[in-house]
Order: sequence, then C-alpha cells, then structure tokens
Amino acid sequence: MSNEIVIQHGVSEQEVHEHHEAHHHHETFITKYVFSQDHKMIAKQFLITGMIWAIIGGLMSVLFRLQLGYPDLQLPWLEDIFGHWAKDGKITPEFYYALGTMHGTILIFFVLTAGLTGTFANFLIPFQVGARDMASPFLNMLSYWFFVVASVILMSSLFVQTGPAAGGWTVYPPLSALGDASQGSKIGMDLWLVSLALFVVSSLLGGLNYISTILNMRTKGMTMTRMPLTVWALLFTAILGLLSFPVLFSGFILLLFDRHLGTSFYLSDIVISGTKILPNEGGSPILYQHLFWFLGHPEVYIIILPTFGLVSEVMSINARKPIFGYMAMIASMFAIALLAFLVWAHHMFVTGLNPFLGSVFVLLTLLIAVPSAIKVFNWLTTLWRGSIRFTPGMLFSIGFVSMFISGGLTGIFLGNSTLDLHLHDTYFVIAHFHIVMGVSAFMGMFAGVYHWFPKMYGRYMNNTLGYIHFWVTLVCAYVIFWPMHYEGFAGMPRRYYDYAGWESFKQFVELNRVISFAAILSFLVQLLFVFNFFYSIFKGRKVTSKNPWGANTLEWTTPIRPGHGNWPGEIPEVHRWAYDYGKDGRDFVPQTEPVGKDETSH
Amino acid sequence: MTWTEYFVVIIVVLIFIVIFQIAKASEYVSVLKGEKKAFEQNNRINGFLMLLFLILGLSAAWWCNKLLYKKTLLWAPSASDHGENIDTMMWITLAITGFVFIVTQILLFWFAFRYQSSEKRKAHYYPHNNKLELLWTVVPAIALTVLVSFGLYYWYRITGEAPKEAMEVEVTGHQFGWEYRYPGKDGVLGRQHYKLIDPAKSNPLGQDWNDVANRDDLHPSELHLVVNKPVRLVIRSQDVIHDVGLAHFRLKMDAVPGTPTTMWFTPKYTTEQMKKITGNENFVYEISCDQMCGSGHYSMRGVIVVETQEEFDKWITSQKPQYLAAHPDGGSTPLPAAADTSKATGMIQGAAEAPVAVH
Repeated sequence: MSNEIVIQHGVSEQEVHEHHEAHHHHETFITKYVFSQDHKMIAKQFLITGMIWAIIGGLMSVLFRLQLGYPDLQLPWLEDIFGHWAKDGKITPEFYYALGTMHGTILIFFVLTAGLTGTFANFLIPFQVGARDMASPFLNMLSYWFFVVASVILMSSLFVQTGPAAGGWTVYPPLSALGDASQGSKIGMDLWLVSLALFVVSSLLGGLNYISTILNMRTKGMTMTRMPLTVWALLFTAILGLLSFPVLFSGFILLLFDRHLGTSFYLSDIVISGTKILPNEGGSPILYQHLFWFLGHPEVYIIILPTFGLVSEVMSINARKPIFGYMAMIASMFAIALLAFLVWAHHMFVTGLNPFLGSVFVLLTLLIAVPSAIKVFNWLTTLWRGSIRFTPGMLFSIGFVSMFISGGLTGIFLGNSTLDLHLHDTYFVIAHFHIVMGVSAFMGMFAGVYHWFPKMYGRYMNNTLGYIHFWVTLVCAYVIFWPMHYEGFAGMPRRYYDYAGWESFKQFVELNRVISFAAILSFLVQLLFVFNFFYSIFKGRKVTSKNPWGANTLEWTTPIRPGHGNWPGEIPEVHRWAYDYGKDGRDFVPQTEPVGKDETSH
Repeated sequence: MTWTEYFVVIIVVLIFIVIFQIAKASEYVSVLKGEKKAFEQNNRINGFLMLLFLILGLSAAWWCNKLLYKKTLLWAPSASDHGENIDTMMWITLAITGFVFIVTQILLFWFAFRYQSSEKRKAHYYPHNNKLELLWTVVPAIALTVLVSFGLYYWYRITGEAPKEAMEVEVTGHQFGWEYRYPGKDGVLGRQHYKLIDPAKSNPLGQDWNDVANRDDLHPSELHLVVNKPVRLVIRSQDVIHDVGLAHFRLKMDAVPGTPTTMWFTPKYTTEQMKKITGNENFVYEISCDQMCGSGHYSMRGVIVVETQEEFDKWITSQKPQYLAAHPDGGSTPLPAAADTSKATGMIQGAAEAPVAVH
C-alpha cells in the first residue's frame, strides 16, 4: 500500500509498454511452466516446491509437539488419518521418531537448501550480475527435476508399511544400517538414502551453474567487487556445497553397501536384542559421523550464507544507506566459508574422540564467532543513522539479526567441548540450531520473498498480512525456543518421546504445553503467509514502476515483467558498486549510472 | 472429531477470514488516504513495535528466568568434581555472552526505532570505517581467546588419565537398557567377546569363562559408586550407538559398538545428601541415553546409587559373580588346563582385547 511513495525519482512507465523482443519465441505451457529453462521460472518452481515441503515439514513438527505438549491427549481423528501409527489417537514412539526425522530432513535439505538457494540463486544471480540466463539453462532445469524426483521418493517413504526413516536426520549407523534395530531402518531408510543421493546430484548441478554464471557471465563493468552481497553469498554457498556434498554422497553409498552388500564400513561387534549375532567386525560407526559432518557442518552455512546476502541487500535498501563494511562483509563470509570445512568434529566431542583432536576443533569452532561478530556489528552500523522503512522485507531482516545474535551466542557454549559434555544432545542444542539456522534462515528467506515478490510476479504482497506474519512469528519463535535453553540447563535430552518416567526431567510439563501451543500458533501464521503469497500472485496490487524500492541493482532495470532473456535491449553496463544510497544528497544512484566528475569517492 | 474440535477449526478459519478482510481493507484505506500518509503511519507503528518488543522481550526473559531457574541444574551444586569445572566454565560463558546479547539486542531494536524514516532527517552516508572493523575483530577475538583458554584447561583436566586409585566399572548399553560389570576382588575385568553373548546361558555380556579374571566379575542390576572416590567407566555398546548421560555429574560419553570408550569422575555427594540439597525426597541419579537409539530411546534409563564406602562394601559383598549364574553346578568345575584355554580362545580372535586398550 505504501511501497511506491518512497521513491523520489519515479522511473517512467514507458518501459512497461516496450515489446520484449529479445529472445522472444513461442512457448507452450510445458516449456513455460513445467520444463522451463528460464531462470526466473525455475526459481519460482524451487520456491513453490519448497513452500509445499515447508508446510508438510511444519505440520510434522505440530504433530510431534502435540505428543510433547499433551502426552496424555487422545485424538481419535489422528487414528482415522494415520491408522496404526496413531493407535487410540496417540502418536506411537515409532511414528514420533519418524516425524522428527522427516521434519529435520525436509526442513534442512528440501526447504532451507533447495527452497532457499534454489530460489534466490536462480532468481538473483543472472539478474544481479547482468546475464540473460544461467550458464547452462538445461542443467539448471535438470537440477530442479532431480529435486522433484528426490522429493517424490522421500514422499513415497511416508507410505510404506514400515514407515519412513526414523533414526534422526543424521541417520547414524548402526541404527540406520540395521532393519532389525528399528522399523524405520527397513525400506524407508533405503528410500531416504536414494532420495538424498538424488538431492546431492540436484545440488551439484545447481551449484556448478551458479559458480560458472557468476565467474563468467557478468556484464560489462561488473567487477567482482561491484557485485551485490547477495551474489557473493550465493557464490560462497555454491562452492561450499560443491566441495562438501560429494563427501556426504560417499558416506551414503557406504551405508547402502553396509545395508545390502554385507560390507563392514560402519559395523562391528553387534548383537541385536542379545540373540542375533552379526558377523561384521572391524568397521567404525564413527567413520560415518566424520563423513556426514564433513558435509553436515558446511551444510548449516549453506543454509545461512544466502540469507546473509539477502538480509544485507534488503537492509541496505530499506535503511537508505550503504551496507557498512562491504569488503569486511565479503572477507567475513570468506572466513566463514573456509572455517566451515574445519569444524565438523565439534558435533563429535562425546564420541570418544581423542581429546587433543577435540581441542583443535574447539579452537577452530570458536574462531568462527569472530567473522560472525563482524557481520552482526556491520548490520547494526548499517541501521545506525539510517532512514529506515519498515517494509515486511525489512522487518524480517531486523528479526533475522536478532535471531542470529541469539542463536550465534549459544553456539559459543556448544562449540566449547567442556560445556558440550553437559549440553550435548539436550534441548539446549535444539534451541541453538533452530534459532540460528532454522528461524534465522526462514526470516532471511521471508525477507527475500517479500522484497523480490514484485520482481517475480509484478505485484505486491499484502503489507498488513506481512506485518502480522512478522510480529507473530518473531514472538512465537522466542516463546518456543528461549525456554528450551532452560530445559537444556536441566540436562533434558532431546529426541525423547515422553519424560514422565524421569525424575530429573519431568518438571517441564506446563512449559512443554506452552511451547507446543506457540508452535501451533506460529504454524498457522505461516499459513497466512502462504495464503498471502498465492493470493497476491493473482490479486495483489500491481507494480506500476520498474524500481519500486528505489534500489541500485540491475534486476530493477528490467521491465516489470521481464521475458526470457531479462532485458529487452542491450544488457546495461555497470559503473559502480551496488550500495550508493544517500550519497551526495541523492537517495540512490543505480549501478548503471556513470560516476560523475565531482562525485565524492568512498 | 468431537464438537469441540470442529468448533476450534471453525474459530481458526473465522480468525483467518477476519484478518484477511482487515488486511484487504487497510490496503484500500491506504489508497484513499494517500500512499505517503499510509506509509508514514505504518512506519511509525512498526517503529514503536520495535521498541515495545525490546522492552517486553527483555522483561519476558527476566520473568522466564525467574520461573524456570529453579527447575534447571544451574543453581544446584554439581555432583562431581569435573562438573564443578564445567559449572565455572558455564558461568564465565553465560556472563560474557549474556552481556553481548543484551547490548547487541538493545542496539538493534533501539536503532530500528530511533532511525525510522523521517522527513526531518536524511540517511547518513557511511560506507566503511577500518578502525571500527578492527575494533570488532580484535575485541571478540580476545573474548574468545579467554573462553578457549579456560575451556581447554578444563577439558584436559576432565579428559586426562584417571587417578590410579580409581575404581573401574563397565557400563554396557543395548536396546533399551544398561548393564553394569564390576571387576570383583582381583580388580580386573575379564575378557569378553561379542560372539559369546548369550542371555539364555546367563552370559548377557559375552564374558569368556576361560579367562580366570572373569570368575569373580559381578553383574549387578544397579550402578553403585562410592562418594569421593574416583571412578572410571568403561563404556560399551552391544548394538547401536548409545550415550551415558549423567546430568547431575554434568558428563556424557557415547557407547560405540566395537570401540569401548572411557570417562572418569569423582562423585561428591551421596544420593541421600543430594536429596537434602535438592529438597526432593525422590531424588535419584539417573543415566539417560543421550544418543538416539531407536523407538525405546526415551525409556533407556539407568539408576546410580552414590553411597559411603561402608554402605558400598556391604552392598558389593552381597552380590554373586555372574560366573556362578552361568555355571549352576556351583562353579566347581576346575579351571581348564592351559592348553584348553588357548584352544578355546583361538576360536574367537580378538577376544583377548582388554577393555583398557581404549586410547
């Protein structure tokens, strides 16, 4: 309702009526909406698929929060829907663990990796570096469809007799390797592994494309240090994924071998239920953990780095100020990306790891706090003496910083092996990673969606719904996860179906109820966002100028609804960095404007 | 579904519709009012909410602490010497991170409120300042050096070698329970091999009866420890990865099949003393499994009794060696001849691995 007012220099509407001659060719429904090779359409496909997964994954958390908050509640309709998984209207332990495992897998890989990077890397990279499309539109399309196949397979595992994987999203063997040890380790586990292996292929195809597009297809004048931070962030993300996903892949393949070919990579000295003696000797389940976390830890940066970029961009635009410390922002992202490879074993302090090795990982882990602190202080300084417009995108950017601070600081507890002895695998961990890579990443993603929605669909999302969405989400996120730190301080273990049998952990009954209630409420508010999203695609207020936010980057020089190829004529040339906001008394200076003679340099 | 459930669903749907109608209406109103005016109004509201959230949020955090503090272990003394180090480390970290948390959150929401868009002010062009960058690189680096130094100092103390006088107990996890083994009078845990495990023959731990050291090993159903006497746990798993979680001692160690692990500490309070300290008559030291191990994970509970030396001696003398249970004829079978022993153990290679070969 109020977005356009903020532009002092309204860009004329003439462009809207221009023909999109460039790359204009006949498109069928199939080539335009299904097997599209247009980066914008692929981005939307990733976004909407990610949203569907987010609803499913979120719904799963609502179901297991019902068990945790109301352990005595019986809901007969649950049995109507889930059959023997919810006998007598109560979720069974097997179902509870399957839900938790699927919730983690879906949210981490399918929503916050594919849904987030897939959306914004595809949408923003060609736009912001000034390219007509990705380096390989065909591989880009394949990347999406591999993701779809992975999705279908994971989804199908929900419907097999023995249920989906249930050993936690990390699927540690031997639990995940032995069907006799867990229902979820039967066919459901195979489907999980195959699905994730295909997902790795999808990520690699996407990542290769992002890197080659950024390195090779920048428009004239777009030097690396003129690129917006979004592009830098997505570059680091893609490199991280490219180097770490193959290791995960190998870990999965070895697990498949152990499951079906009788190998002993991860198995040794195992007796199931005291009676079934397995022949495997000499393997090490710890090997899997090394392989898994060599991806698993970079993975959390793969999730959070894109949002660093999105938030920096949205915050700078809406504070009408340059991002503070552009070079320091790049350097800190580089440092984080590098250190991301050197900290994986901090997930393994209590596995019997050599204490000296542990201490090396303590040092490297806590080192990551330095670049993270730099980023936080730079964001704070970006807000300082700005002229802040609270668009929904901006609200979520501010919420992101708040969450990132809260979740980042608790990482200093867990990265310290001494404290990890006490806090490892308690609710403190749940609070930490949900805040720092769950809620933060979602906030960054929402900031991006609200901000670039006008570019995606030529319409605005409803602001009032956006405000409600933001404030309820922020409050609920803290109500859910803040008290969990206290449960962690009590040593309360995570992944427990019921605490009633424990003298040490049964004192949180009311608290768990409050948390579950807040979780359900925040889930409902996300539905409000989903509704706003789809409603606005068709009925939102129309965008009437090319550059509604008064932004400097190249995507806002394209027509309101850009065709395949993005710019109808020549690709514009770039003359400056992306952050000249409020310079020399001017509200904003687009990247396409040549540097004036008497312009101050920075 | 019951009527209440239908009712809840209807209410939720109605709330959705109302919110949507308000949102639509406000969009029309803003068009009527003029976009500029509507923007300013919304900006003021959100700016005010930033400040409100800061104040209410910090108050809520204080209130939450008041409600929950006593339910945690933060206030209770640690029940082990290592745990005391961990508690000290915890408070150092809480102090530093708590300070940073409060300062940065105040700055964040205060800046958001204070520097909201206004006619009177223009944004200040301030792209970088190397001195500031240096400041907030060096200061966090120093703070973290302090944390790393303290952390590693305690870490090495905790993970160092156990004292010689420490008593040794073996803890074995399996789906879904814990087994304990004491070395008996000879102070040595006998050899074992997983292929010998056979609960039907009263050998749930796979003890090799040909090893003389096994004959006096005890297999009680509870873990008893002596107050102020160091104990070294040898931790094993028979099937999947488990974890010996000792919340009151502030310690944890995974039980990994194929790779025994160890952990040592000195209990400081007997169970009876802890009942008084915590004011909870039902207090009991619990072992919780802290590594997801299957559908019964949440019920994998063990009990530790910490008692005085006299109480412990009385208890341990009442325990019968597992060897007797496995040999109901009273264990009168003479020790096999030396030749027989080597033959029997030859079948199971690697069985000779003593549990101390951990590092």
